[in-house]
Amino acid sequence: MKVLTVCGLGQGTSLILKMNVEQALTDIGIRADVEHMDVSTASSMDADYIITSNELAESLQGHKAKIVIVNNYFDMDEINEAIKENMEAS
Amino acid sequence: MKFLEKTIIQLDVEVKSPEDAIMKAGQLLLKDGLVEPSYVEAMKQAYNKNGPYFVLAPQIAIPHARPEDGVNEAAVSLVQLKEAISFGHAINDPVRLVFGLGASSSAEHLTLLRKLTTLLNDPQNIEQLLQATTIDEVQKTIRNGEMTR
Repeated sequence: MKVLTVCGLGQGTSLILKMNVEQALTDIGIRADVEHMDVSTASSMDADYIITSNELAESLQGHKAKIVIVNNYFDMDEINEAIKENMEAS
Repeated sequence: MKFLEKTIIQLDVEVKSPEDAIMKAGQLLLKDGLVEPSYVEAMKQAYNKNGPYFVLAPQIAIPHARPEDGVNEAAVSLVQLKEAISFGHAINDPVRLVFGLGASSSAEHLTLLRKLTTLLNDPQNIEQLLQATTIDEVQKTIRNGEMTR
């Protein structure tokens, strides 16, 4: 499974999100390859899931990957829930 | 690597706009020679171009730019605002804690972000940073934050 975490520049916030997403995936027991990048690189990148903020999700509409929105990057409960809701079923 | 050291923390700061708040966080990095003036300018431009996506959690903004915009040393500064200000984020507004991130391309960047993430993953730490009235209090929270997880 390939997961992208995405932010505007691909340098800071997407890396923070990647750390917490990797932690959550490990806790839940999902194996995935998580990469962080900026929004324009992500739009031409193949992936199963893209995790990003509400703010950037709009610019990724039409992407083949399923978009998962996280609003609070530091709330592990929200991240765990977003992953369980969107990913476990697959 | 400089992670929230005394000289790059400022409390009870008044700002007129989100741009002003970003500049203040950037200036802390600038005055210690951690970034170049071009980097602070790029932090502001990133906000104008890409919007407030870096408001990562309620009350918390982490403005930054790219390493090639002029970073000398990986660093995180903190500006605690006297009054919360709206960045235009649909959910996490208004902002009171602005962490200026000097993003380097070195391995230290990752270490720095891990420290920041560990600190902010604990809601109690955020509450203490919001309440802090002295730099010593902030540093105590930071030291405690480093011991958890």
